[in-house]
Amino acid sequence: MPLFFAQADPPAQTDRVALFMFLAFVAATLVITYFSARKSKGSSAYFAAGRRITGWQNGLAVAGDYMSAASFLGIAGMIALNGYDGFMYSVGFLVAYLTVLFIVAEPLRNAGKYTMADLLAYRLKPRPVRAMASLSTLTVSIFYMIAQMVGAGALVKLLLPAISYEQAVIGVGVLMVVYVVFGGMIATTWVQIIKAVLLMSGSIFLSILVMAKFDFSVMKFFDSLTAISSTAADGTEVTRNFLTPGLLFKNPWDQISLGLALVFGTAGLPHILIRFYTVPDARTARSSVVWAMVIIGLFYIMTTFFGFGAASLLGPDFINAHGGTNMAAPELARALGGNIFFAFISAVAFATILAVVAGLTISASTSFAHDFFTNVIHHGREHRPGEEVRVARITAFVVGALSIGIAIILGPTVNVAFLVGLAFAVAASANLPAIVLSIFWKRFNTTGAVCGLGVGLVSSIALILVSPDFMKENPIFPLKNPALLSMPLGFLGAILGTLFTHEPSSEDKFTELEVRANTGLGAEKATEH
Amino acid sequence: MLEFIWNPEVRNPGLSGAEHHGYFPFPVAMRLAIARDMSSPDNAPAAPDWDAIARDPAFRILLADKIKFLVPATIFFVIYYFALPVLVGFYPEFMSREVFGSLNLAYLFALSQFFMAWILAGLYVVVARRWDRDSDAVLKKLGR
Repeated sequence: MPLFFAQADPPAQTDRVALFMFLAFVAATLVITYFSARKSKGSSAYFAAGRRITGWQNGLAVAGDYMSAASFLGIAGMIALNGYDGFMYSVGFLVAYLTVLFIVAEPLRNAGKYTMADLLAYRLKPRPVRAMASLSTLTVSIFYMIAQMVGAGALVKLLLPAISYEQAVIGVGVLMVVYVVFGGMIATTWVQIIKAVLLMSGSIFLSILVMAKFDFSVMKFFDSLTAISSTAADGTEVTRNFLTPGLLFKNPWDQISLGLALVFGTAGLPHILIRFYTVPDARTARSSVVWAMVIIGLFYIMTTFFGFGAASLLGPDFINAHGGTNMAAPELARALGGNIFFAFISAVAFATILAVVAGLTISASTSFAHDFFTNVIHHGREHRPGEEVRVARITAFVVGALSIGIAIILGPTVNVAFLVGLAFAVAASANLPAIVLSIFWKRFNTTGAVCGLGVGLVSSIALILVSPDFMKENPIFPLKNPALLSMPLGFLGAILGTLFTHEPSSEDKFTELEVRANTGLGAEKATEH
Repeated sequence: MLEFIWNPEVRNPGLSGAEHHGYFPFPVAMRLAIARDMSSPDNAPAAPDWDAIARDPAFRILLADKIKFLVPATIFFVIYYFALPVLVGFYPEFMSREVFGSLNLAYLFALSQFFMAWILAGLYVVVARRWDRDSDAVLKKLGR
């Protein structure tokens, strides 16, 4: 079986160009951080960018927070190696935003201040609800972040052989801590925006280069996919139609469960939700979701061109021999645009990871400082002015150090794909039921919220531990993603917990939440400049 | 701070048992002074009458309008989206049927999901503009 793993080192010159481009990105973001730090005075500026981000800016930032390296490199690679099934991933990532748009974005902006838990605590007893919501936020953010960090380190080894795994992990970790500690939400937002613009430009350019090879004929392009030859595991040559479903996924229930996690989990991802506090009002939150949907949709449609394009122009064997799944897009860039373009796409991939981890860090530290420290430990009052921001900065530092440590201990070879799936599953099973029921169900109460969050969190983690990713032989739970079972369990926990207890104060305050969520009366205002 | 808007105990500590809760670490006189200061019109407007708004017929109509769009739209997109993994997973031969050159049903259906999402989002924006006007009208009528 002729499989070579990136033995042929790319020329040293590529290395230098890629490094230079990446350093240019880092320099630009540090300049932004410097200017943001001067503006980041006060809680609202630090946690919510003063609520002065515009609709299209926040749309780009949401897209930047969302389109991770797993999407860019991972989906491109899956399509390049297995065809159509990889493209099915792309679909769920966009459709998920309908849940965000219809159900969560506007009520959240109207009723909350800095975190997802604000919405839940509005009419429920704040301390137990915030403690649970904070735990689930930290779980989602930290799991997701470790996945990104390990991915970053592993990627560096392929893209820039001169830099070691540890150096890459430390570099990414230090940068994200610098953005978040000094620049707060303003810097994080601009890092996301620049990254989204870079990623979109890179993808558009790559797609155009692919289509140029087919004289810009869509029909010619798809015709070329009907017979892709590759070497099978037993060494025989096989020719497959890459537009045929079923080349990668054998169990349809896996796809349905993953679809549930994506479509309902996105609306429960804390780092996406807190972005809606950065705009002046709910109407701008709405327009930012629509901007994000345009950008995210275009991006995922383009995975057709560079994913299938890599299959058609490079072939699965070539990709397997040059770094495997994650390298399909960069290798395609090298083949079509030369070493300079390869360097550019590599730099874009780094920028992507950096922006996503910065977004995760600020969501984890905001939740710890605002929900846990101020509201649970200090009963909702700052003992000293500026304390909340100070705690958030310290948390960001600790979170950064922790994830660097864990990523280095785990090492570059550990399979982290399940961590991202887990993050979405926890968001769908714990956060979403609590959010939806607190907005729409008058009877909902504190016990219900705590049970829903707890059952959703525990069941998704437990089911992952007994899933095929963890138990290689005879897994107790047959599906890779737990959402199909854990999400109904989360709802069930929330509903049963509610029905077994009575909490008149929660029902009384429902009217207030209903009015506020639907009219914006009393919502947090943007700060004066 | 927001407690001053919602919580009458905090707004008016002299009248309630707030001192027993030890809510403020200040003597009563000072607490009253702070409360007076904080509840002055510059700092915190009087609490909105949430119940009056909630009871207003125009507000109930607004909520009913929202539900009338959101529930069917959500059911539609959930069914449309999950039709993809179900059809592709359980009926791969049917979905592999080529309809447009080499383009098969599976790819076209997946692609249609993007347009479905964009069209629904566009529709939402259109109806939400009407809701904005309606909710502004409710608030204006009740002097907000």
